[in-house]
Amino acid sequence: MASTADTTTAGVARAPSGPPREQAPSGPELARVRVPTRSLRSELRAVKVVWKRELIRFSRDRLRILTSLMQPFLFLFVLGTGISSLASAGTHGVSFKTFIYPGVLCMAVMFTAMFSAASIVWDREFGFLREMMVAPVGRSSIVLGKCLGGATVAAFQGLLVIAISPLVHVHYEPGLILELFALAMLLAFAITAFGMMAAARITQMQSFMALMQMAIMPMFFISGALFSVAHLPRWLEILNRIDPLTYAVDPMRRAIFSQLSISPAARRTLDPGVTWWGWHVPTLAEAAVVAVLGLVMLSIAIWEFSRAE
Amino acid sequence: MAVHDLVKRYDEVEAVRGIEFEVPVGETFGFLGPNGAGKSTTIGMLCTLVKPSGGSAEVAGHDVVRERDEVRRNIGLVFQDTTLDGYLTAEENLKLHAELYGVPREVLGERMRQVLEMVELWERRGHIVNTFSGGMKRRLEIARGLLHSPRVLFLDEPTVGLDPQTRSSIWGYISKLGREEDITIFLTTHYMDEAEYCDRIAIMDQGKIVVLDTPEALKESVGRDRVQIQTEDNEAAMAALRERFGIDAQIAEGVVTFGVQGGEEFVPRLFEDWDPAHPPIRSVSVSRPSLDDVFLSYTGTTIRDAEASGSDLSRNMARMMSR
Repeated sequence: MASTADTTTAGVARAPSGPPREQAPSGPELARVRVPTRSLRSELRAVKVVWKRELIRFSRDRLRILTSLMQPFLFLFVLGTGISSLASAGTHGVSFKTFIYPGVLCMAVMFTAMFSAASIVWDREFGFLREMMVAPVGRSSIVLGKCLGGATVAAFQGLLVIAISPLVHVHYEPGLILELFALAMLLAFAITAFGMMAAARITQMQSFMALMQMAIMPMFFISGALFSVAHLPRWLEILNRIDPLTYAVDPMRRAIFSQLSISPAARRTLDPGVTWWGWHVPTLAEAAVVAVLGLVMLSIAIWEFSRAE
Repeated sequence: MAVHDLVKRYDEVEAVRGIEFEVPVGETFGFLGPNGAGKSTTIGMLCTLVKPSGGSAEVAGHDVVRERDEVRRNIGLVFQDTTLDGYLTAEENLKLHAELYGVPREVLGERMRQVLEMVELWERRGHIVNTFSGGMKRRLEIARGLLHSPRVLFLDEPTVGLDPQTRSSIWGYISKLGREEDITIFLTTHYMDEAEYCDRIAIMDQGKIVVLDTPEALKESVGRDRVQIQTEDNEAAMAALRERFGIDAQIAEGVVTFGVQGGEEFVPRLFEDWDPAHPPIRSVSVSRPSLDDVFLSYTGTTIRDAEASGSDLSRNMARMMSR
């Protein structure tokens, strides 16, 4: 066994090679690479490869796909079934499971998006972030790719929850599926952007997770995922209208309820729709709220990461 | 590569205190010094990761502050800590790098094969990186750092934490690189023996360059060979050396050690004048001055002193502080 100790004294023999080094004679067989100057195309390539990496990593992580389905199942089939008997008086014959389904769908998307955003904290811890940060591409491309990747993964998770919708008496219908999926994508993007924004500053996984829990649980409970947003006490109504998640849950619920044939009274109680000073906010405006918030947070995230050394 | 009066301050602490040097194209240039000497900070500034507080530096002909992108396009980096994605395969890691650096797709396949064959990982290209050993990961990082044919390759402690055998094979690749690719290599190390692989060395201590020259010239400047003798009674032998030859010997690694001019000529004289009353000498060894001796003579301390107390824990601490 060679020991480390004796190498220092022994010195290492080396063929004398003065500074003027011979040029490599093997020139022609070397594949010479010229790295092109920065262009929109190179930025797009960077966005795409960062996005793709997220997908590859997600597809390798089967356990994560399974475990993230666990929570929606608990909410829908354990909580949903348990509360059904209590709530049946007030739901006009609509299954409680159907009622909370859009909320649970949003939650599944949110948690996946949050974990996706957390991966940038891991990337920093394991050094990979540095590999991306020193590349000759804009930080904005890295952040955008990461964000789109996380959003895609979370939207896919949403698709899995959409797939089980018949179990809660929501029938497959192309228009409905598309609408739910589009909304899920939008939400996934906004939450990932939020996570990225937070991850720019928070470098410790524990703190990041704690912050995300602190942000996401209240957002979920206040959003009306589990209750109807009409006739709330004033304080809760205000909080509800501020909560961005409200604007994802409400249009989803509206889409699902449009499929049900129920009495106007039931609709008024269960699917009253979000109002601003008495004005019924339409689906598109709600989607716009989520999209704008997502874009604002993405811009902040890009700015934060570009500023960092 | 040219560096002028480069300074980096972290709050109160001056990590790098005005350094100056030039590296011609094709040279392998080594930065040597104990932990916390400012090597990593310097490399960070040269590869545009750390903003200098003062002075200027040009890498591959581009200013590291004003032409950051130009510099980045022309450098390859291998960091102290791994920056691979452990969940991807070796090939996927390289492809990701190629996309980030905009390597043209037509040449990518061939280039990838070339760099992977160079570090002997071509057969393992489809394996997930987390299944690799530390040495394999480092080799893959070197391959990745070369993928886009950089003009300057930075290696920050390329062999830290590797076993001696892997270390020497990594050095094999680096020497081969210098020959095969027309590339300037800038590396840092705190292993004295590794510094000898460089064409020129800058010894750094406490944020300053203490001396800069070829390993041979540095060793010559010290001028004294190292003689080590093993005896029955080290104390008595040291007393005898002082008395007869006026030499102040020390005990290093359990043997009596001292430096003399022209060690080989000294040995016959030693035996001629060695009194039978002195403890008998069991063995003698003469070695040329190593960079250890050079470091000692320029800074007054040995790198080993840092090493001896440098358990992995404190080394990691130093690494974290140098971030």
